[in-house]
Amino acid sequence: MKTALRRILSESARLDVPPDTLADDADLYAAGLSSLATVHLMLAIEDEFDIEIPDRMLTRRLFSSIDSLAAAVSELQQAKAAA
Amino acid sequence: MNAPLMHDAGPLDGPPPDATAGGASLAAVEADAGWRAAAQRAAQVAAQHADAVDREARFPSEAFDALRRERLLSALVPQAFGGAGLPLADVAAICEILAQGCASTAMVYAMHQIQVACIEAHGSASPWHQALLAQLVEQQWLLASATSEETIGGNMRTSACSVELDGERLRIEKLAPTISYGAQADGILVTARRTAESAAADQVMIVALRAETTLEKRGGWDSMGMRGTCSEGFRLVATGLAEQILPTPFAEIADQTMLPISHTLWAAVWTGIATDAVNRAKAFFRAQARAKPGSVPPAGLRLAEAVGLLQMMQARLAVALDAARVAHHAKQGACQADLPLSALLGFASDMNTLKTSISTTALQVVHEVLMICGMAGYKNGTEYSVGRHLRDLYSAPLMINNDRIAQNTASLLLAQRPAAPGRA
Repeated sequence: MKTALRRILSESARLDVPPDTLADDADLYAAGLSSLATVHLMLAIEDEFDIEIPDRMLTRRLFSSIDSLAAAVSELQQAKAAA
Repeated sequence: MNAPLMHDAGPLDGPPPDATAGGASLAAVEADAGWRAAAQRAAQVAAQHADAVDREARFPSEAFDALRRERLLSALVPQAFGGAGLPLADVAAICEILAQGCASTAMVYAMHQIQVACIEAHGSASPWHQALLAQLVEQQWLLASATSEETIGGNMRTSACSVELDGERLRIEKLAPTISYGAQADGILVTARRTAESAAADQVMIVALRAETTLEKRGGWDSMGMRGTCSEGFRLVATGLAEQILPTPFAEIADQTMLPISHTLWAAVWTGIATDAVNRAKAFFRAQARAKPGSVPPAGLRLAEAVGLLQMMQARLAVALDAARVAHHAKQGACQADLPLSALLGFASDMNTLKTSISTTALQVVHEVLMICGMAGYKNGTEYSVGRHLRDLYSAPLMINNDRIAQNTASLLLAQRPAAPGRA
């Protein structure tokens, strides 16, 4: 999943550094993630994993690292499987 | 959003430091009446010279002498630094009042306050910037900004020039296609890349002072309207101390302060221009009605329409000022990381639509006024002339092009997802 997230980051997030060089817990905002880019990142993640991120999960913290994104995607996938 | 708004908290702030016990509320009332009357006096001076300023495309120096005399250039500076400490809503009201006299004066005043807000919100922990605010109050300094750059185009979020640091000293050289009233400013806020190695978007903001800045004029300002803003092009070379760099990255300054305050104060200016035009239409309509007692002239329908649109603009502006205050308090209270992103993006898109709607509606209103006043409105130099109003307002959709803003808004809207009934 983190490989897919890195690919999405390189396609949609327009960071100052290549996502491949980022650690899983590296701060994405420090890497140049803008608020407008988070919107495109979010849509790309929703499309890739076939999920919809609810309003309550949309915080700056969600987009702060690859770890936090992966945790959110797993949580939403599990919720969807259980439904 | 920015510290000036804190004063809106009113009772939470406690009385101003110099207020005597029991006299605080009375002093507040007097202060309120004070700034409004002062703005009206300055607007009168501005109105007297508005046509000359427009014709000669010159800086409205008489109006700024008046604004300095009334000490209105430091209206937004907190009382701790000697300023009036007015909340943003009151400064917006001053912009609106000035715009009823001279749009160029009001726009220069608004742009100055935007710079003050940036320093106040992002430099208040830095001793150099604190001293600057105190100095600004004392000398009634006028601040300008140099955010655009040749070869970069209109996008102020990237820079080609960079800060050159040599120990404690800094130097910047920038080719700026536009620095509004640059030649008249006492200080200029300049954006540049943090270092020569930094990415184009890794920007800082430097407060350059007139004494250490040279401006070589490269382009004139013979424009359709807003002719008194003297938005000429310059080669700017500034030197100073490394401390003159605002500690916050420019990306944050722009998102949190510069853009929202710009859109709000510009909207106040445009609303003021439309208000003056509607007042001219009302006077024309009354004169028409007097000439033919007992009948309502046909222009009445358009006047009713124009007044309705103007009220929508005023209401939209009031909502924006409220939202700015709420956003500011939310930021103060909560950890930034856990703030709902949709609220932040929603705030950004609200500020965008404020700018695009007020700028287009203002033009619509003045168009109605022109239809009401007819040839008397079309001709210059009558009491019903609105040619200058229209020309000045045509800058509104272009100051950060509305099409570009709408595209940005559309992206932001993708993040807004209210819970639909029956869905999580």
